[in-house]
Amino acid sequence: MVDIANRHDKATVAEKSEAAERRPLPRWVITLASVAVLLIVWEIFGRRINPVFGSYPSAIAVAFWELAVSGQLWSALYESLRPFVLGYALAIVIGVPLGLFIGGFRVAEAALGFYITAGYAMPLVALVPLLILWLGLGFAVKVAVVFLMSLFPICINTWLGVTAVPKTLIEVGKSFVAPDTVILRRIILPATLPYIMAGIRLAVGRAVVGMVIAEFFTTISGLGAVIINSANNFDTATMFVPIIILMVMAIGLNWLIGFVESRVAPWQAEISGRDRD
Amino acid sequence: MGEVTFLDVSKRFSLRVDGEVHQVQALDRVSFAVKNGEIVALIGPSGCGKTTALRVAMGLDPSTGGRVMVDGREIDGCGHDRGMVFQHAELPPWLYALQNVMFGLQMPGIRAQSLRETAEKYLHLVGLKDSQNRRPHQLSGGMKQRVGIARALAIDPKVLLMDEPFGALDAQTRETLQAELLDIHARTGKTILFVTHDLDEAVIIADRIVVMKNGRIQEIMNVPLKRPRPELGLVRGMPEFAETRYKVWRAIHDGVTVH
Repeated sequence: MVDIANRHDKATVAEKSEAAERRPLPRWVITLASVAVLLIVWEIFGRRINPVFGSYPSAIAVAFWELAVSGQLWSALYESLRPFVLGYALAIVIGVPLGLFIGGFRVAEAALGFYITAGYAMPLVALVPLLILWLGLGFAVKVAVVFLMSLFPICINTWLGVTAVPKTLIEVGKSFVAPDTVILRRIILPATLPYIMAGIRLAVGRAVVGMVIAEFFTTISGLGAVIINSANNFDTATMFVPIIILMVMAIGLNWLIGFVESRVAPWQAEISGRDRD
Repeated sequence: MGEVTFLDVSKRFSLRVDGEVHQVQALDRVSFAVKNGEIVALIGPSGCGKTTALRVAMGLDPSTGGRVMVDGREIDGCGHDRGMVFQHAELPPWLYALQNVMFGLQMPGIRAQSLRETAEKYLHLVGLKDSQNRRPHQLSGGMKQRVGIARALAIDPKVLLMDEPFGALDAQTRETLQAELLDIHARTGKTILFVTHDLDEAVIIADRIVVMKNGRIQEIMNVPLKRPRPELGLVRGMPEFAETRYKVWRAIHDGVTVH
């Protein structure tokens, strides 16, 4: 009996020290493994499908190389990014102050709040013909579509953030006789920052969608044009190239915004314990 | 100087419960005075109006009748003559401890020689000299409340208003902070109006205790314990302590069936 108990103890000790030495896998290793598995499975099954209906990673890689060497890819990317960057930046510059304004003043909330809620739910594709009538088929209408797609999530999140500021923190400001402008700048704005960043992050996906919608429905151009033209030629592998580039772009932007957030609002990650990776 | 006078202060507000509007009389013609340099504790069961009285004195809530005066001047909203210590410290999480103390000093109308030095001085006073570069979530509950006290003291108010400042702390930390508050009081001589629901705390800290019930003052009692009170363990053992504690307990439970 004693012997068994002793052996059992030793086993537990050994297990524990082993567990202590084993370090958790870094996140990037897990991500990389996930991508590798996806690519391999896709390659195996994609090869069995008629290339008109589907494609597979190695064929897409070849198509990417051809597009890149011919320079077509870079000019399309540049053409797409110009309205994207401008529309998205405008959405931040206008959406954040608008959200602060609506959240900060009861009158503004009652007068404007429901427009923003309605605008967020509005199917923008339905508005594109109207936008074309107003702004034509060129650069301006594309900026407008990207702008309208990303404005609402940014504005709504900022608004939500303002209403979530603890009343007691505002009372701290009041108890020190802080003027309203100081309370807005030194308490409401920093307390809202994590919400603003979340809104800016959510808007990335919608802005990318808006960019492609604009390229499909106005002057066909940019990465959207590459998709349409290659689909019309039944060149499915080439069609996948801009789609994948768009997704990679969204992931990259998301990461970049996360990085900016950890710089401008470091306390948030520290509090939630997300800063240890 | 720092004298606070409540003159017939009333506060009524309406509360909606299940669609019905109830009128709540949070304060009903409350009159008492806190003398210069005195510590007065407001005590009573929850809902008795003690916190409302403090918030009216700070100017965070308007009264619906009567007036509050500080050194004979009627208050009109918040003012730098009063410093508030909140129940849960309420430190903005993005500001370092030192910046939290500097916050009040940076407001218009405050004249401080050097912001940083003043803030450091008060952090030193509450024993947090080495933690000035920590954010609130890196501070323990007791340390947070110390920062809250330093922040209120830094603008050099005539009166310190404290809303159950140690209520959320564990027993040991609470005792330490009670001793420190008495020490700070001995060094600064500030007038302190202190809300608490803790009998021991009221007797240990206060010169006088105002017992409230249903928005009215039930009784005002003197605490016959001399200052300074350096050894709180000893104070707790004194017969005057037990006697006063019992008297306050009776006043609170007067007319209430004890289960």
